[in-house]
Amino acid sequence: MLNSVLFYFFAALAVGSALVMITRRNILHAALFLVMSLLATAGTFLQLQAEFLFIVQIFLFAGGITALFVLAIMLVKPRVPEPATPFTKRRLMVTGAALVFTAQVLFAIVAGHSSLRLAARQLDIAPRNAEAVGDALFHSFIVSFEVASVLLLVAMIGAVLMARRGRNAFD
Amino acid sequence: MLSIEHYLILSLALLIVGVVGMLTRRNAIIVLMSTELMLNAVNINLIAFSRLHGSVDGQVFAIFVMTAAAAEAAVGLGIILAFFRNHKTVDAGEVDALKW
Repeated sequence: MLNSVLFYFFAALAVGSALVMITRRNILHAALFLVMSLLATAGTFLQLQAEFLFIVQIFLFAGGITALFVLAIMLVKPRVPEPATPFTKRRLMVTGAALVFTAQVLFAIVAGHSSLRLAARQLDIAPRNAEAVGDALFHSFIVSFEVASVLLLVAMIGAVLMARRGRNAFD
Repeated sequence: MLSIEHYLILSLALLIVGVVGMLTRRNAIIVLMSTELMLNAVNINLIAFSRLHGSVDGQVFAIFVMTAAAAEAAVGLGIILAFFRNHKTVDAGEVDALKW
């Protein structure tokens, strides 16, 4: 019971702040609502017994990436606010595509419910979540882990190259 | 009782909000934020299925998605900064140097 109430609270918070985020004119407000949506998602992670990812989500996303976004917003403050986009043909097309996609995925979920019996079993994950995740990460997924670290190194070099003053890709 | 469908539908809702934000907004920074939202929605799916199967493999995969999201945010913001320095705008509609 409490579980359901908490789930609906986090879900409403996540979707609601995401909707506010994409409609705000002010980018800084949008960034703050992005944090709220990410924190609400972290609550959902905790409900799914993913304690390690709950903490990582708060540290990395709500802390680190948002700080990066806010810093970028400070540096590129636009002089004129973004004009209100009128209800154009493009918007109509986007709404239509989103509705079609929603219908498709909902159909897949409903069909999967009857054929795969998704709700029939729900196993508990090992109680020591961080230990289990680390075990899987360093035994079964060690190659992916190394590739991910190389990806981060390349991204770091790329970001520095892109953002530094002087010669760059757009000259 | 919460079933996996609740989490799948929450993930779908967040993904759709991200897609709509990405396609309708002109500001490049908000487009990047919508991408983060979509990757986050994918993580809910992965973790929900990890819970369904009682295995942590889905959570490990979610960690890799987070790694890719962090790398993408860093490089994307670097590109936006470089673009802003040269064009004095972050309007995604103005980014057409490669459009022929």
